[in-house]
Amino acid sequence: MSAPTIGRLQATKSTASLRHRLAERGIDNSLLLLVPALIFALALFIYPFSYGIGLTFQPSPAIQQKWGGGAFANYVAFFKDPFVFDSIWLTMRLALPAALFNVLASIPMAFKLRQRFRGRKLLTTLLVLPITLGTVLTAQGLLIFAGRQGWLNRFLIQIGLIDQPLTLVNNYLGVFFSLVISGFPFAFLLISSYLSGIDPSIEAAAKTMGADWKQRFRRVILPLLAPGLATTFILTFVLAFSVFPSARLVGDAMGSTRVMALMAYRAFGEQTDYGMAATIAIMMGLIELVVIAVVLLWRSFLYKGSTGGKG
Amino acid sequence: MTISASKFELLELQGVGRSFGGIDALADLTLTVRAGEFIALLGPSGCGKSTALNCLAGLLPLTHGQILIDGKRVDTVAAENRGFGMVFQNYALFPHLTVEKNIAFGLQMRSVPKVELKRRVAEAIALVKLEQHAKKLPGQLSGGQQQRVAIARAVVLEPRLVLMDEPLSNLDAKLRLEMRTEIRRLHQSLGLTTIYVTHDQEEALSMADRLVVLREGRVLQIGTPEQLHNNPENWYVADFMGYRNIIDMDVTAVNGSAVTVANKGFTLRGTAVEPAALGEKVRAAIRPEDLVVVSPAVPVQGGNSTTATVSVVEYHGREFAVGVTTPGGWGLHVRSDHAPVVGSVVELTADPARVLVFRADRIDPATLSAEERELAEVRR
Repeated sequence: MSAPTIGRLQATKSTASLRHRLAERGIDNSLLLLVPALIFALALFIYPFSYGIGLTFQPSPAIQQKWGGGAFANYVAFFKDPFVFDSIWLTMRLALPAALFNVLASIPMAFKLRQRFRGRKLLTTLLVLPITLGTVLTAQGLLIFAGRQGWLNRFLIQIGLIDQPLTLVNNYLGVFFSLVISGFPFAFLLISSYLSGIDPSIEAAAKTMGADWKQRFRRVILPLLAPGLATTFILTFVLAFSVFPSARLVGDAMGSTRVMALMAYRAFGEQTDYGMAATIAIMMGLIELVVIAVVLLWRSFLYKGSTGGKG
Repeated sequence: MTISASKFELLELQGVGRSFGGIDALADLTLTVRAGEFIALLGPSGCGKSTALNCLAGLLPLTHGQILIDGKRVDTVAAENRGFGMVFQNYALFPHLTVEKNIAFGLQMRSVPKVELKRRVAEAIALVKLEQHAKKLPGQLSGGQQQRVAIARAVVLEPRLVLMDEPLSNLDAKLRLEMRTEIRRLHQSLGLTTIYVTHDQEEALSMADRLVVLREGRVLQIGTPEQLHNNPENWYVADFMGYRNIIDMDVTAVNGSAVTVANKGFTLRGTAVEPAALGEKVRAAIRPEDLVVVSPAVPVQGGNSTTATVSVVEYHGREFAVGVTTPGGWGLHVRSDHAPVVGSVVELTADPARVLVFRADRIDPATLSAEERELAEVRR
């Protein structure tokens, strides 16, 4: 080793105190600010979650007897009991279209509401307002408004458009409406903010280069918006997938809207089989993760950098 | 070189105006541009120059007047069908497309055959010397390189008209000078017709064939760089053209266009650009380089001699930039071949032909834009 190297090593050795050097790496008293969050995470998430996983491997004797599989009896039951297993499909059938609808319907609205015009604020407020309604309130409103004796049916019959009242609640449609009412404002708000992150002059540039609105949307806006659409889709999907109150209140709880959350609740509340309830909950989480992973994989192929705007 | 501008003879703007909710952002802009000209729209922020450009591009509909090319109306044509190229202040490159694809975008929109498309894109890239960066995304390029992509992307379409909206304002000073030459070179070699918006009078003077000076949406003067530089028609244009010394004075003698003006013991002989009567309040405009400190090497010119107190001396290479204060308290910028002592009284002189006297039309400060008000405050 030559002398200059040693000299350089000596020069780089810090003479600051340990406390100072730790602070440089972000370790100081301000870390204490994280303590409440850490306690909450441990007490309210990590511990119950691990406990729940543990429960899934302690099947009740009844389940063990019926389905076999030893410690895995709950999982065997989940996959083999069509009453439980079919709820995956029933949930998917609600959550995917609802999430897709919320995202797709938000795009044109967010687009139009980006421009300035009279009444824009009012319209935006109206679209976002349902966020403040709880699911129960939404369900109640739907029942009163769209039930067999509801205003909508009575109005449609009175103007002679239909003879028989439409069945809009206590079935698949009722839950779907409720998911749109609660999920659309989220999707709309998110997509609006993603859209405002795209520099309007980029679109103007495409315009001066001869692109009509379809080409501008497909070639410029959509690729820049796509990562935002993916995120929005994931959020509204998760929201819709864990649907519970509306599936029960405006749905057909034991039939077409027998969603997974309802199944978990049934195992927990009616059969007091905590192990099975935990298993269904864990499987719900896994299925959501699979869908999220697929969307994120698709997203990873897209352009992810800056969109030039203020966002 | 096969990239060249599409041909037309005459672009006419007739009484073009644009108002936003009753406020005129641009009013009565009438201008005739011959093919091949380089026109600069010049003015401070908020003067309506960008509005004018956006109206031309079709990004903003007109509220008054019309735009004609060879007698055919184009203001009713949608932006995407006008065939103009535009370069934006922030470049507005498509961030998700490579340099190549950014440049190819417009050609694809026009369904240019693949072989021709490739050739033209390659030419455009060579034109702005970005061959090594063709496959990069805009985010990986420096500001100057992005600017060149934006220019290539506009000229590859062989536009009838190229519109540039302060294209150099985001670049550092050195690069700006180089890009200035580069844009001028492209303009000439491709035979483009360019309308260039800027707030930098030096940029406008050095690049343009003709300048349009705007203020508060109205045209103040249209002319060649020489005309504007030497013969501004009003004090506002003078102010913008680098006549940094603008002094409110009273006319004390008139002899045709030769006038003598004074302000509390500070007396100058000048030339009235706008007719001035005895006793009238006027505004004199002098460039710092025309108002000099008298020294053995610099004699008094045209009997024009007055005194002021030195307040600041700056070294500027060959000469000294000196700040002086007149007896009336006006701060002036003058030049000197030696460094006078701060606090001393010096004799100043200026060629009466270079002391321009304008009508004062003292404007109400409330009507000034924030920028102008700031300038006015600094001057006092």
